[in-house]
Amino acid sequence: MSRTTTPAHRPDALAGGPSGIVVRGVHRRFGDFVALEDVDLEVRPGGLTALLGPSGGGKSTLLRIIAGLDHPDSGSVEIGGRDATFLPPQRRSVGFVFQHYAAFTHLTTARNVAFGLEIRKRPKAEVRDRVAELLELVHLEHLADRLPSQLSGGQRQRMALARALAVQPEVLLLDEPFGALDAQVRKELRDWLRRLHDEVHVTTLFVTHDQEEALEVADEIVVINDGRIEQVGTPGELYDHPANPFVMSFLGPVTRLGGALVRPHDIEVLTDDRAGAVRVEVTRLLRVGYEVRAETRADDGSTPWVQLTRAQVTELGLVEGRTVWLRPLVDTPFPAAGLPADASGPVAGPAAGCPDRVPA
Amino acid sequence: MSLVAQVDRATRPASGRGRRPGELTGGAALGLGVGVLWLSLLVLLPVAAIVSTAFDDGLGGFWDAVTDPEALAAIRFTVGAAAFVTLVNAVVGTLIAWVLVRDRFPGKRVLEVVIDIPFALPTIVAGLVLITLYGPSGPFGINLVGTRAGVVLALLFVTLPFVVRSVQPVLIDADREVEQAAASLGASGFTIFRRVILPTVTPAVVSGAALSFARALGEFGSVILISANLIGKTQVSSSYILKMIESQETVSAAAVATLLLVVAVVVLVVLDVLQRRTARRG
Repeated sequence: MSRTTTPAHRPDALAGGPSGIVVRGVHRRFGDFVALEDVDLEVRPGGLTALLGPSGGGKSTLLRIIAGLDHPDSGSVEIGGRDATFLPPQRRSVGFVFQHYAAFTHLTTARNVAFGLEIRKRPKAEVRDRVAELLELVHLEHLADRLPSQLSGGQRQRMALARALAVQPEVLLLDEPFGALDAQVRKELRDWLRRLHDEVHVTTLFVTHDQEEALEVADEIVVINDGRIEQVGTPGELYDHPANPFVMSFLGPVTRLGGALVRPHDIEVLTDDRAGAVRVEVTRLLRVGYEVRAETRADDGSTPWVQLTRAQVTELGLVEGRTVWLRPLVDTPFPAAGLPADASGPVAGPAAGCPDRVPA
Repeated sequence: MSLVAQVDRATRPASGRGRRPGELTGGAALGLGVGVLWLSLLVLLPVAAIVSTAFDDGLGGFWDAVTDPEALAAIRFTVGAAAFVTLVNAVVGTLIAWVLVRDRFPGKRVLEVVIDIPFALPTIVAGLVLITLYGPSGPFGINLVGTRAGVVLALLFVTLPFVVRSVQPVLIDADREVEQAAASLGASGFTIFRRVILPTVTPAVVSGAALSFARALGEFGSVILISANLIGKTQVSSSYILKMIESQETVSAAAVATLLLVVAVVVLVVLDVLQRRTARRG
């Protein structure tokens, strides 16, 4: 499946040469609504990158602009080192996978996959071999003669992926590919996409609003909100070192402790008062599977919650109504100001000193 | 009413316990019964009466009636004109539906209403309008009265909405992303139309065309004035049938009607088969 041809090489291609995507200064407005504002983005070749953000944040618009299905008001798009800003979608060498499959309903699975090859007038034998190879790759070889209406959602999306890969695109773009599927199938396809990418290595950019999906699948995550890129980084970087409160709260659970944003698993529970700790009363202990959520109330009226294990709860002797002290285990760079239901307490930035007790 | 009796027998509840799969519930059986009765009284019975009248003088009488030169000329012209009109409608009707669904232009709403005028206008009024415009004293100096072109024009007028109205909803429902998917796979505009859009709309085009053919075959009101009813040239079958009835030749009238009926059924079946085949092949 690896590409044998190397696209025109450009020495100054910042995204590392062939098959990357470079977006520069892209603006897009729909009437009064600004969908994208001065967006710059570089997607590394061969990577699996997630465009993550809330709905209406502009991530799908950006993907469609890269594919040539929409046009920027200003700015440029480069694919594989070539300027693609004014190329029609037919000549961009992108494979596009839609949320709702966009299957050719009158064609069988095999003919759907063969579509791009047939219109390129490839020899029949070559088309047949390639289709067989792709159907095997997406595990649909036994359903080659079915119509899309006879396939499940997950099967249809795998067919759409095979169809996009058939023409050996330089980049693969997926627009909320698992958005229309139920949770179980989503999870399976997520793992499968990861493994498929390890096999195929085509530069892949996928749009999702599901942070778990992005954290689990992507090598690199681009967080988009309100038409702007908030942060780009590996899942680990983004989770541990978010650039701003939005990224922090979008990528994982957050709670407010002493007027600062902190992850509920990055809080230590103390049974006595120490420096930088906030006195709270445990209002509720909620068991969710293997974890326990301890909901508390502080003197300033804020209600931080802590993520604990059952062993920790037993060890600390936590019961509802008990008074304990909470202290962030990590730096809290962001005051909770601006977020809804803010307790607007003082910013409790603890000294850089390492916490003396780490939850097991 | 043997058909009703058969249906009745088929839908009677089985004597054993429980219902076998495929059997009808009481409500469904009642619905089917009413439907069949209604269809029988309105359609099957009159049609059966016509067919039986056509053979009142035996097979020979039927054959003589339909091979009468005047009858034959009228039938040939009617079927030919209907086929031609249907082909034109299939193409132009699809085009108009496309324009109405995909393009934005001032006056689109007005055009939407104009499309339906041929449905709303009494056909004899349509005929009057046509001879006023394309008659001997028409404003364009084009006189189509008594010409075959005039008859075709009248038929085109009354059958215009069929294909437009059957294709329009299909185009509205068509998933634009499917076309975008084809484009990103490298398909040109023409290829997208031929390999993606056409297979999607073909069933609607065919069913609209079938309705249009059936209507053109039996059209009377709009053509009668502009055709001038010239025997062997512009006389249509429906007008010939009227003439036979007026001259008490009921068997001839029924025979020609029966032949038209057979033509209509054959064409509808052929179109249906064609539609299924193209739908499968794409």
